[in-house]
Amino acid sequence: MADVSLRKVIKRYDDVEAVRGIDLDIADHEFIVLVGPSGCGKSTTLRMIAGLEDISDGDITIGGDVVNDVPPKDRDIAMVFQNYALYPHMTVAENMSFGLRLKHYPKAEIKARVTEAARLLDITDLIDRKPKQLSGGQRQRVAMGRAIVRNPKVFLFDEPLSNLDAKLRVQMRIEIKKVHQKVRTTTVYVTHDQVEAMTLADRVVVMNKGRIEQIGTPNELYHKPATRFVAGFIGSPAMNFIPCRLEDAGGTLQIRLTDRIAFALPPARAARYNGLPRTDRLLLGIRPEHLTEAHAHLGPGVETFDTVLDVTEPMGMETLVYFGLEDTPVCGRVDPNAGARDGAPMRLAMDLNNMHLLNEETGVVL
Amino acid sequence: MSTLAIDKAGPTRKLGSMSRDRTWALRWSYFFLVLFAIFFLTPPVYMLITSLKSSAEISAATNPWWVFHPTLSNYVELLTSNQFLRFFWNSSIISIVVVIVTMLISIPAAFALARMKFWGSATLATGVFLTYLIPDSLLFIPLFKMLAVIQEFTGITLLNRWYVLVFIYPTLTVPFCTWIMIGYFASIPKELDEAAIIDGASWLQTLLRIFIPVALPGLIAATIFAFTVSWAQFLYPLVFTTSVDQLVLPVGITTTLIKGDVFNWGQIMTGALLGAAPPLVIYAFLMDYYIAGLTAGATKG
Repeated sequence: MADVSLRKVIKRYDDVEAVRGIDLDIADHEFIVLVGPSGCGKSTTLRMIAGLEDISDGDITIGGDVVNDVPPKDRDIAMVFQNYALYPHMTVAENMSFGLRLKHYPKAEIKARVTEAARLLDITDLIDRKPKQLSGGQRQRVAMGRAIVRNPKVFLFDEPLSNLDAKLRVQMRIEIKKVHQKVRTTTVYVTHDQVEAMTLADRVVVMNKGRIEQIGTPNELYHKPATRFVAGFIGSPAMNFIPCRLEDAGGTLQIRLTDRIAFALPPARAARYNGLPRTDRLLLGIRPEHLTEAHAHLGPGVETFDTVLDVTEPMGMETLVYFGLEDTPVCGRVDPNAGARDGAPMRLAMDLNNMHLLNEETGVVL
Repeated sequence: MSTLAIDKAGPTRKLGSMSRDRTWALRWSYFFLVLFAIFFLTPPVYMLITSLKSSAEISAATNPWWVFHPTLSNYVELLTSNQFLRFFWNSSIISIVVVIVTMLISIPAAFALARMKFWGSATLATGVFLTYLIPDSLLFIPLFKMLAVIQEFTGITLLNRWYVLVFIYPTLTVPFCTWIMIGYFASIPKELDEAAIIDGASWLQTLLRIFIPVALPGLIAATIFAFTVSWAQFLYPLVFTTSVDQLVLPVGITTTLIKGDVFNWGQIMTGALLGAAPPLVIYAFLMDYYIAGLTAGATKG
């Protein structure tokens, strides 16, 4: 077990920079998730930590030692691949013990470790089977077992659940979390699924176009996104971005969304945004759960407006409503009993205490 | 009522036509399979029939497709002839050594070309295949000249020795086997060797413990190819070996069993049949292992 750190790590392919200077400190025992859209450099970053890709510039240290030129086998890491990469001609036990056998561990110890890992992953019954006799979920467990028996300093997961169906993915997600709670090995996990990232991570690293957009706990990213990219990437359905501008009206600061709709900002928000030029093109970021049906008693900072719904999506425990503010499509979440219907008018409430204000050009959350 | 009847009739009719299509497809495929079987089996059957006849019966004007006085004398004569056994022995030892040499060169070469991306590896892989396309009839004179020069310089007798073929046959087998193995190795998912590397395997260990077992069907295909080519090769042994005790089976049969203008047909056919036996036996044994889908389960799907 060890900490991992990346210092200004760059990966260049010919003239293209896939990773453009990553700085990241991963503490011992920590579960870090790298998340981002495809092509954002998250897998490349992971493969550089593994040693499967050379780094073009910068330093990677594992347990305090710079490993830039250390081959993968000497980095004491274990990796779980998206397509499992089990050795097809070996049984489950042989697959799991391959690394130990190469290092000439005593037979008794290999057996003990394999048995222990199999018990931990609940695959004791499958130990003599070949990979092709296993289901997708079982194969992924074996791949994890192969990592666990090595007892490495760092676990690396490269989109391990992407090949599984939705139900199994949820199950395996919990399984991975449980395993990490037991073995406590430092883990770097790559995924494009923000739900996976939020549920598994101690800290999430959101990447975009080869750079880190933001590092933070799942809650920090959700409630205090730093950029438009993070705000839009984390959370489902995604945050709404509504073009708006600030106005002074009779001594209070208000935010104007359309010609018809303008809201006075709550005092805390007004104080925060007061210094902004009134001419800036701004975006109001508001999550669907802060756009609900209007109640008779409104709390402070909650403003109502009338709109006509385009489409409604009943989800059971809530109903998603879609409507337009001028040309901007907006999504809200209302109570299933609030009477939302396709094409019907509805009075909605916006909770401005949970709003975000973004600069439209720079994408920075203000 | 009537719509219900139509609904019911619809699917049945469709199903009927589908199974009729299938039946016809089967009939046609059997028709052509039988045609091809007759076409390809006629020569060996005729060889078998002739090999069971005495010389007198072969030249007699009877029905050539029937054996009236079957005899094993041709078989007995050949199998007790030291000369024929010598040919057989030469062919066997050459083919086995060539298969081993070919594999020792082809497998590492294919592994390097398929996995270790180095400067010019793609060009080299194509080049390997292109060398296979040069016919042996074009090569035998320069090869002969080359060996003559080497023999002259080193003083080691190479021409008219059976073992010279062990050096020459790989020029035919290595390029093609390398090409086959490159294809098989390339089809192995990249993650498999990455997993092995992370598990601590060296390149050699990855090759020996992962690639060779996983690509076994391809390996067997290459082995069969190399063996068949060396066993059936005619031109090179005809050119490079002349003494009777250095000959291999195909050349031996044609040169020793045809005396002047006398064709000993019974023994020629017997020799050819016996010569065809080893590849057949090898095919029969290795076919069981020659199954694709060994990689199933390595990765998704």
